[in-house]
Amino acid sequence: MSTTAMTEQAESKRRLSPIVASLGAPVLGVVIGLLIGAVLMLIADVDPLEAYKLMLSGALGGQRQITETLLKTAPLLLIGLGLCVAFRARVWNIGAEGQYFMGALLGGLVALYLPHWPRAILLLTMLAAGIVGGALWALIPALLKVRARINEIISTLMLNYIAILFLTYLARGPLQEPGGYLPVSARFDPATRLPLLPGTRIHAGVLLAFALVPIVYYLLWHTPLGFRARAVGSRASVARYAGINVERIIVFVLLFSGALAGLAGIIEVSTLHYRLKAGISAGYGFSAILVALLGRMNPFGVAIASLFFAVLIIGAETMHVLAGVPPELADAIQAIIVLSVLAVDALVRRRLG
Amino acid sequence: MDWNLILQWSFVVALVTAGIRLAVPVLLAVLGEIITERAGVLNLGLEGIMAVGGLAGFMAAYYLENNTAIGTTAEWSAWLGLLAGMLAGMSMGLVMAVLSITLQADQVISGITLVVFGVGVSNFLYRQQFSSLTARVSGMDPYPIPYLSRIPVVGDILFNHTPTVYLTVALVILVNILLFHTTWGLRIRSVGEHPAAAETSGLNVERVRYAAVIGGAALVGLGGAVLTVAQLRLYREGIMAGRGWIAVALVIFARWRPSLALAGALLFGLADSLQFRIQALSQVERGARTIPYEFLLMLPYVLTILALFFRGKRSEQPAVLGRPYRRGER
Repeated sequence: MSTTAMTEQAESKRRLSPIVASLGAPVLGVVIGLLIGAVLMLIADVDPLEAYKLMLSGALGGQRQITETLLKTAPLLLIGLGLCVAFRARVWNIGAEGQYFMGALLGGLVALYLPHWPRAILLLTMLAAGIVGGALWALIPALLKVRARINEIISTLMLNYIAILFLTYLARGPLQEPGGYLPVSARFDPATRLPLLPGTRIHAGVLLAFALVPIVYYLLWHTPLGFRARAVGSRASVARYAGINVERIIVFVLLFSGALAGLAGIIEVSTLHYRLKAGISAGYGFSAILVALLGRMNPFGVAIASLFFAVLIIGAETMHVLAGVPPELADAIQAIIVLSVLAVDALVRRRLG
Repeated sequence: MDWNLILQWSFVVALVTAGIRLAVPVLLAVLGEIITERAGVLNLGLEGIMAVGGLAGFMAAYYLENNTAIGTTAEWSAWLGLLAGMLAGMSMGLVMAVLSITLQADQVISGITLVVFGVGVSNFLYRQQFSSLTARVSGMDPYPIPYLSRIPVVGDILFNHTPTVYLTVALVILVNILLFHTTWGLRIRSVGEHPAAAETSGLNVERVRYAAVIGGAALVGLGGAVLTVAQLRLYREGIMAGRGWIAVALVIFARWRPSLALAGALLFGLADSLQFRIQALSQVERGARTIPYEFLLMLPYVLTILALFFRGKRSEQPAVLGRPYRRGER
């Protein structure tokens, strides 16, 4: 083979690689992940083919099932979009779970104490409070990181436990339902429920989550702020040299991801639980990390990944009810898929890079 | 609450004794991670590895103990459980090693994903195997060290523990010797400080790192198994309660040194033990104004963040920590 032919071949490989890497790896990773998931089911004495069929019909088998899946998508998508911005800047916020709880708490306080406000103002205040709650909780690791160089991975994770314990205390203490004996707050006034799409159970939060997808995309790729965040992520020292205030970007992405997690928190409690209590999250903050990674930290990818994970979660719930398979299966398969994607991705990059 | 009670002698003895015990699982994880990070690999998956080690250890001990055909005694079942925990930890380490060393995937992302994977798989398998009943193992009895355990106060605090405590202290010394007084340790540290130079001097960087990641994960898995098999004697969802992450933080606090890791882990054990004791006292005195137990439970997490304020210079960190090694790169 002549040298030119070899260069050409290398060129075509290189041209192919972005496409292969951005679509091929996730798809192949998902396939491998589902296969390993099948092995896990065999260990658990479940027929994998039947199980996956059950999952699909449980999550997408009809209008009711699709509605459930979309409702489940909303918190994953909202949190995942925020994390996608933080991860782009290589700021590893793994405290979305805690920020979700604090958003639910602050928004929940509005729902509990101001239900007599005019409905539109009430709802907007409630959502705003959720955003502020999540952002404030993320402000702590942000300040710790830029002021004291404290690693955000550890601080955000520790703050998860603190937030959950704090809400647990409030729900059985000061905020406990008067006269009740369960560790839950009083029920929110019906006025606090988000409006629904006529004739369905799809609430405004779901629409908001999907509407944010192009907005976050625009933010990341078409604004100076997004450019700076990505620059900090690709190499902080170079970004600093180019005159970017790295600290300000770190604070921004943490607040942004915290805000969206907080928004997810208040949307979830005001549309599903109607109360504050310890069990308001099904580990969304952690699943959303995987959503952001599987979605390749791209808002549209995050939308697809969150839909896919919602199918897995709802499907696993169906399997739990119908076949007695523990619903934790969904968590395990999600992580296996992301591990497989990581592996395939790295392999592709090594072969073609 | 009567704070005088806290200051009583017997209370202090019980507090410190429990503190030492509670330090053990975290300390084992810290030791494992020190070995791994010294070789230049940042393994953030400890929480997941501990969960898998904890479940594997618990299940092995449980089945051995309850299977009359095999007929192992409770004591032996517990030891074999610990071994199972180590092996499970090693297999998790293998996953991390393939991802981070062979495939050179991003180590932060791999580690975080490994946590979700380990916790998810353990919870799933536990629920699958034990449905809703709370299964227990008989665990390990304390082994008072002859003569020494009879020393007043000191004997109770130091020499009346389960063998896992003595084993862990021995491991602190062994890991210290391994890292700083053997050729093996020199190899591990050199691939973490200057892999290109290590390669030039004839070392296989990848192989040393594989050994460090898998060997380190063995100790992490053992830490998880000690908690479930020898201490709590059960498994439940979220049983590691952030211990793996606390261990990650303690490695930084300990400046990658086993001796400082011992001090850091003891500090945590004591904080944990203190919050347990205050909770117990609060329950005795009903009606009095007490600290809500949730705030006491926050103590270790707050302390972890505070611990990170006390850390060494950047130069103490392994030079290429978290960076994959590509041959021929300087």
